[in-house]
Amino acid sequence: MNWDLIASTTLTQAIGPGVVVFALAAIGLNVQFGYTGLLNFGQAAFAAMGAYGLAMGVATLGWPFWWSILLGLAAALLLAVLLGVSTLRLRADYLAIATVAAAEAIRRTFRSVALREYTGGAEGIRAFADTFREYGVALGFERGENVRYGPFFYPLQPHLWVMVVGWTLIALCLLVVWLAMRSPWGRVLKAIREDEDAVRSLGKSAFSYKIQSFALGGVIGALAGFMEALRIGNVAPDQYHTTFTFYTYAVLILGGAARVFGPVVGAALFWGLFNFLTAFLGEAARLGGIPVGPLEIPVSGLITPAEVGPFVFVLLGAGIIAMLIFRPQGIFGDRREISLNVR
Amino acid sequence: MYADRMTTTGRPGRELARQALAEVAAEPGVAKPAPILVADGVLRRFGGLVAVDVAHLAVQRGAITAVIGPNGAGKTTLFNVLTGFDKPQSGSWTFNGRRVHGQRAHQVARLGMVRTFQLTKALSRLSVIDNMRLGAVGQVGENFWLSLLPFLWDRQEREITERADQLLAWFQLDAMRDEFAGSLSGGQRKLLEMARALMVNPELVLLDEPMAGVNPALAQSLLAHVKQLRENGMTVLFIEHDMDTVHDISDWVVVMGEGKIIAEGTPDQVMADQRVIDAYLGAHHDGAVRTAAGQEAAVGPAPVVRPAGPEREPE
Repeated sequence: MNWDLIASTTLTQAIGPGVVVFALAAIGLNVQFGYTGLLNFGQAAFAAMGAYGLAMGVATLGWPFWWSILLGLAAALLLAVLLGVSTLRLRADYLAIATVAAAEAIRRTFRSVALREYTGGAEGIRAFADTFREYGVALGFERGENVRYGPFFYPLQPHLWVMVVGWTLIALCLLVVWLAMRSPWGRVLKAIREDEDAVRSLGKSAFSYKIQSFALGGVIGALAGFMEALRIGNVAPDQYHTTFTFYTYAVLILGGAARVFGPVVGAALFWGLFNFLTAFLGEAARLGGIPVGPLEIPVSGLITPAEVGPFVFVLLGAGIIAMLIFRPQGIFGDRREISLNVR
Repeated sequence: MYADRMTTTGRPGRELARQALAEVAAEPGVAKPAPILVADGVLRRFGGLVAVDVAHLAVQRGAITAVIGPNGAGKTTLFNVLTGFDKPQSGSWTFNGRRVHGQRAHQVARLGMVRTFQLTKALSRLSVIDNMRLGAVGQVGENFWLSLLPFLWDRQEREITERADQLLAWFQLDAMRDEFAGSLSGGQRKLLEMARALMVNPELVLLDEPMAGVNPALAQSLLAHVKQLRENGMTVLFIEHDMDTVHDISDWVVVMGEGKIIAEGTPDQVMADQRVIDAYLGAHHDGAVRTAAGQEAAVGPAPVVRPAGPEREPE
């Protein structure tokens, strides 16, 4: 068994471009769900708004890169306001249904044949990341060669540059979230999570704060969409399936909701674990056994390489269920906060 | 600041309120010499059920007014309507001479008319002190962009915290200052909710069953606090079932039955009123005694006599 490869894959991915995307999406969701208690099950739609705003701005409209970035942010903001005004008066569970439906509607719209000439249909859009890569080349982060530091290995694609930009964005978002959540503004959001009517009875417009929270989380979600688009160099509707939202929730639950660093640690752990299990079980299935010291646990007949992918999801699902039972507050959470009787 | 005002000796507020109301006739919908809140033609229907149908209600400034009545009489619904938490089919009301109807709940609160809830709404996963700080109005740091620049609001935050600490001390919650509000007992939550409402600096406080489910010792201290609000120039309108309490602290009593105001007067006048005895205090029993909901049952010696529908609250 090639432990070097497994360790290298795990460590590389644990801080890699995929983590950047999930961490950003989860930081946004943390504002909405963790702090404000809004069950947004449409985070994928906000990421899609960012990604498609950028891609369509450059490739369809022929706009410059930065204008297209602004277009993506504006699209996410618009979605937040439209979705917010129409659904934020709903109770938590209805909000979840409305947002998941909206996200699917948006994905299918991007995917539709009728809009193919603008959105690229199911294949999506390519050729919008050139300017981004040129910045990377100019700053010396993209060398057109494989990059290796110790166990960390990033192949030819612009992974290193995506990571530099992505982790900078993460740091900025964490700073904003940290500052906002220790302020009176953040206090109002947390109070809304606990009881909206109490907040209204104290002279604050709960609705206005919910829209603000929704918009901030959505814009951070759009940043996740930018990074997803730029890391792959392609925007396609099925990247923004509801599974994107569910992964984001898994990340948030793992790291601990309503904690500044929860989403980032959750993302690194989730994605690292995912890649570890895939690599490890892939090796085991290929070799037909797991070596433990001098012994070997035979797995041939139990799992084939093709079954590894789905089985990893089974394990992660079981892990998240176990997490919810034994440590519902996540890695960073405060158990007392969870166990208090909410009413 | 609060501590000074809270230890005032003598009862000028009480005397003033009683004198002002002494000449007022004891009849439903009677005008008051100095009303702070005046409501006209408030009608709230839930389908076929008329929950509130109040022709005229005036609340005397600086007095403690009790609202009593059997379960389902529309007391809480009236509170909800007046404070913007529920919309009536018709009706108009003014607070301090300013139109209030049609305003949203938070706008009503900002005008200086603040309510508490029958089912206490402590913000469980916020600390007690944060519950208090939340109540302060006009906070610079509640704007998102300004919240990112702490130097713009940290001085105001210190002032708010100082005021909150004084109120907590007055309500004897200072020992719990940094605990989660969810770890407080039921009675302490009632105290916290009242203290938090005072952070808004209200002129009129509407208390929905402040003593319900509170042990007798704590209820006494709550009562003392409510009386002290009057001495500090605030007006109190409260819903209560316990007649001893009502008699002890209120200057004026409004009796509701089936959505209407069926009697008004001083506590003594009301308790001698035959309509009130019939409808509420219990002279004749025309059905099985029952309480509408568990919360009502917890009130204690509540003179709940007539079978009545549940006290409606909007979703």
